[in-house]
Amino acid sequence: MDDILRILDKEQGVVDINKISRMLGLSEEEVSEKIKSLEADHIITGYKTIVNWDKTDREVVRALIDLRVTPQRGEGFDKVAERIYKYPQVRALYLMSGAYDLSVVIEGKTMKEVALFVAQKLAPMESVVSTATHFVLKKYKEEGIIFEDDEKDTRQVITL
Amino acid sequence: MNYENLINPTVDQLAPSGIRKFFDVVATMKDAISLGVGEPDFVTPWAIREAGIYSLESGKTYYTANSGLMELREEIVNYNMRKYNVTYDPKSQVLISVGGSEAIDAMIRAVVCPGDEVIIPEPCFVCYKPLTIMAGGVPVTLETKEENEFRITPDELRAKITDKTKLLILPFPNNPTGAVMSRKDLEAIAEVLKDTNILVLSDEIYGELRYGDEKHTPFSAIEGMYDRTVVVNGFSKTYAMTGWRLGYALGPERIIKLMTKIHQFGIMSSPTTSQYAAIEALRSCDDDVEDMRCEYNYRRRVIVDGFRNMGLSCFEPLGAFYVFPCIKRTGMTSDEFCNRLLQEEKVAVVPGTAFGECGEGFIRCSYAYSVESIEEALRRIERFVKRHID
Repeated sequence: MDDILRILDKEQGVVDINKISRMLGLSEEEVSEKIKSLEADHIITGYKTIVNWDKTDREVVRALIDLRVTPQRGEGFDKVAERIYKYPQVRALYLMSGAYDLSVVIEGKTMKEVALFVAQKLAPMESVVSTATHFVLKKYKEEGIIFEDDEKDTRQVITL
Repeated sequence: MNYENLINPTVDQLAPSGIRKFFDVVATMKDAISLGVGEPDFVTPWAIREAGIYSLESGKTYYTANSGLMELREEIVNYNMRKYNVTYDPKSQVLISVGGSEAIDAMIRAVVCPGDEVIIPEPCFVCYKPLTIMAGGVPVTLETKEENEFRITPDELRAKITDKTKLLILPFPNNPTGAVMSRKDLEAIAEVLKDTNILVLSDEIYGELRYGDEKHTPFSAIEGMYDRTVVVNGFSKTYAMTGWRLGYALGPERIIKLMTKIHQFGIMSSPTTSQYAAIEALRSCDDDVEDMRCEYNYRRRVIVDGFRNMGLSCFEPLGAFYVFPCIKRTGMTSDEFCNRLLQEEKVAVVPGTAFGECGEGFIRCSYAYSVESIEEALRRIERFVKRHID
């Protein structure tokens, strides 16, 4: 199981059953079964392509928003978190230790769109005490992938 | 100048790397896929590189002690304790060398006198024989066989021992075959050696790259062998640090002392930057090593499977990052196979004969490449083999 997850994590969303089966010395059926059971158990929760939008014509603005919130009796932070993560604009949401409570990752087409989302949706929530919005200016690395990796294989063609 | 009367004939007559010509052809073929490389494809883990850079920024640009930084020797001793439960004194039993190769050279020169016999299992890495000859020793070849999974058997070893035998080289996990010696195999070898005066140079540079259930056992950990064994290891393969040129030897004080003398006069001290980087490697990079080992293991399965599926016999290697399939079914010699494969399908692999005459009928393929490259190479080799088999 560990090996399958390790390979899928490296392959970044491309599931080639035949290749994985040969890498692990298992049959294709065995690999399929294992992947299906990992999916059923929500251990594998999805497959994702990492896109460097800066290289396309599409404008994507990303912001990290620090939220301080008042936890609710009996619910802790989960209830307010749920109200936030249901928005499709929210790409990621984390409960944090330290100076603030929730870290919200938001994507929109323009800075204005993102700012308005914070102002109109997040800030007015009852339990939200304060917000601080940080816009991402440049992405260097995402999900373990360096966007401009220039390290090439410069080995001699044959060495003993 | 007439150099012919001036040069040292022993060096002049050392077998030239027989495949030099083949290498030159490969080098001109820009679009060839190579499975011919004897080093990791991974770049040195960043933490190690960063430690090297930091040492330079901090002005650590001087010689170190001849035997290497004490801090590094201590870390090496700790590492061998924690991994293998073998103890050494960092003050007197460790030498930091310029790659494993320099330690091998120093060990051979420290003990071999003119006429002494050195038992060298073949196929093996290319340096032992020439280094023995340059030290005035007599190389005695012990041919390992595919049916024995390219291991040394006690009987074969016994048959090679004479009263002139000074040293046994133990190159496991093996380049080029990928063979390993299990603890049990090593104990059988120890049984043969225990009543002799034969020393052992155990080249364990691929020791961390073991696959399957059993972990690596250093020969010095086998009962009764500690006092006769110099273990050579290094950072090149384990930590993907080939270019840093850093290795080490662990052994009895009396021999390490002589090796350190040779090192002191020939080298002075190993590269300082590399030594600082290596401290970081030993302290914090176990996870990186395990990651790389897993990757090699995936590729190993793909490539062994690939050769077997095209109808070639390929014994399962449990160490290093090489496979050594048998190509006898094609009716070609190793040289012929490699030359024609390069011409017809533009794939570079190394003829088994580069590692000793008994490598005839085999080729060495490295799997220090991405699965994609390995698969493309396998497709081409399969096409080639299908054309030429039966």
